[in-house]
Amino acid sequence: MPEAATVLSCTGLKKSFADVHAVRGVDLELKKGECFGLLGPNGAGKTTTIEILEGLTPLDAGEVRILGKPPGDASVRERIGIALQETELPEKLTVLECVRLFRSFYSRGREVDAVIGHLELDEKRTARVAKLSGGQRQRLALACALVGDPDLLFLDEPSTGLDPQARLKVWEIVLAFKAAGGTVLLTTHYMEEAARLCDRIAIVDHGKVIARGSPQELVASLGAAQVIEVTTAPPLSDEVLKALPSVVRVSPKADARVLHAADVAAALPALLELARAQKVQVKNVTTREATLEDVFVHLTGSELRDA
Amino acid sequence: MRSSPLLELTRMRMVTFLRDPGALFWVFGFPLVLAFVLGLAFRNRPPDPIHVVVVANAPLAQALKGDGTLNIEEAALDDARWRLRRAQVDVLVQSDGASITYRYDETRPEGRVARLAVERAIERSNGRVDTLRATDEKVSEPGSRYIDFLVPGLIGMNLMGSSLWAIAYGIVDARKKKLLKRLAATPMKRSDYLLSILLSRVVFLVFETVVLIAIGWLAFGVAVQGSFAAVGLLALLGGLAFAGIALLIGALATSTETAGGLMNLVMMPMYLLSGAFFSSKHFPDVLQPFIKALPLTALNDSLRAVINEAAPLSSQWAQVAVLLAWGLLPFFVALRVFRWQ
Repeated sequence: MPEAATVLSCTGLKKSFADVHAVRGVDLELKKGECFGLLGPNGAGKTTTIEILEGLTPLDAGEVRILGKPPGDASVRERIGIALQETELPEKLTVLECVRLFRSFYSRGREVDAVIGHLELDEKRTARVAKLSGGQRQRLALACALVGDPDLLFLDEPSTGLDPQARLKVWEIVLAFKAAGGTVLLTTHYMEEAARLCDRIAIVDHGKVIARGSPQELVASLGAAQVIEVTTAPPLSDEVLKALPSVVRVSPKADARVLHAADVAAALPALLELARAQKVQVKNVTTREATLEDVFVHLTGSELRDA
Repeated sequence: MRSSPLLELTRMRMVTFLRDPGALFWVFGFPLVLAFVLGLAFRNRPPDPIHVVVVANAPLAQALKGDGTLNIEEAALDDARWRLRRAQVDVLVQSDGASITYRYDETRPEGRVARLAVERAIERSNGRVDTLRATDEKVSEPGSRYIDFLVPGLIGMNLMGSSLWAIAYGIVDARKKKLLKRLAATPMKRSDYLLSILLSRVVFLVFETVVLIAIGWLAFGVAVQGSFAAVGLLALLGGLAFAGIALLIGALATSTETAGGLMNLVMMPMYLLSGAFFSSKHFPDVLQPFIKALPLTALNDSLRAVINEAAPLSSQWAQVAVLLAWGLLPFFVALRVFRWQ
């Protein structure tokens, strides 16, 4: 099978605002039909990166090609769809009027009514933007992004602030776009979102890509697929915890200790036995699969949400 | 099916405006209220009588009461002087039998008229006979009343206020809400966006002007003596001049607060200097070239000339030139400095 065409590439992307180095050398390459995620905490430089690629922010240094053209090129704008992190569409316009307005900008695109139907906004066709819920507004933003029938979709934090149900709908829409052959670049600080939507991920922190790969590859890079979180009083030392069978790593998380273990069936009984032998009280113990969150914590020492 | 982006953008602006009750009131309702209030205050009334205070002299007061144009009061000297100081009376009359003293403020026209009227009444009651027979013909010419002066000024003022608010505030608000940024990421032509602002403004200024002219005519009998086409063209030029300024403010202001401040900075001097409520000729001569270069002065003066004096548009070339300059220069500066985010 021939390799898919490159839709977007950037190398050495740099951008500073005043004395803040927002983006410090980012390289990316997107293949046609994939969903690529920039995962990182707020302030990591994700939005600056995506807005440079969208042609909205001029870059300080680096090389960017989108669909073979520089960002912001008129022909590029015809073929990309965008949902900014926060756009307030005119509150007094109706859903239909908003979508029709955006449709008018594109020389080719989809039927306005078809897009409204696809985004499940039929019932809200004549409702004003001011009356829409957060999820409906986000679907309207996606409708405005999709009505130009783009090849490449940029989504900046597409489900931030949405309730779980509205988030699922947004994910369905993105997956449907991808299934139809579209390419997606999204930013997120939700690891569930990255894991669910993205074929490949770049973990971004302090304006740099610190790891990249598929969600499975990134989790596998931890060297242990299971996580045990344990709280004891008094705490057990990291040395003895690390000596437990199949445990590859121990890190603190508030009062608890987080153990990365290859085999939880071997590590957990040994842990409980250790607690009994040392006469410490086990207050809480949980086990789960390792996630992208663990990858991020391992790489940066801080957590995605609070970082 | 795709409609024209320029039409869609224009429709967006018009629909947004029409669905905003607050904006509708300030553009259409407020000028009407203002016209009615001012029309009531300055409606044509019978002439005020001349207010005279006579100092403690009953026979003199009685004699003067025979003159219907005078309103005579009698008071002690201190009280009479106090009333004159407060401008409750126009002249103070004091007689010692042999001579008469008139006390009045020479800079007030009412004072000078009152002195002459009282003198005439006293002389007549003492038997003076006019040497020539006089006949009074009283006139009230349409086009010369205060309301005739006021209506063109209100039209000008309204065009300024609505253009500045609708455009400058709208742009800054759209930028703040990242709508401009979102639009800039589409293939939308930037010029279409700016043109749609001007187009929707033109549509609304036609309504505003027609409404004010209709009200002036129906409620106060202010008729357009000159050509309607000339009035329309002047309103259009005026609207575009203010739209140019508004576009520049919208391009420069970073927040709605700054925009509000800049708008007041632009509008306040013109409210005062440009002859909306009283003639700008009252200001000193050194200020006149500056005042005449203001767009609202040019608009008010030329509208008055056409509406009240039936002046042809060709006589207003200087005002037209001022309006054109204000329409074009800020517009092109705004195009250069406009920021989309």
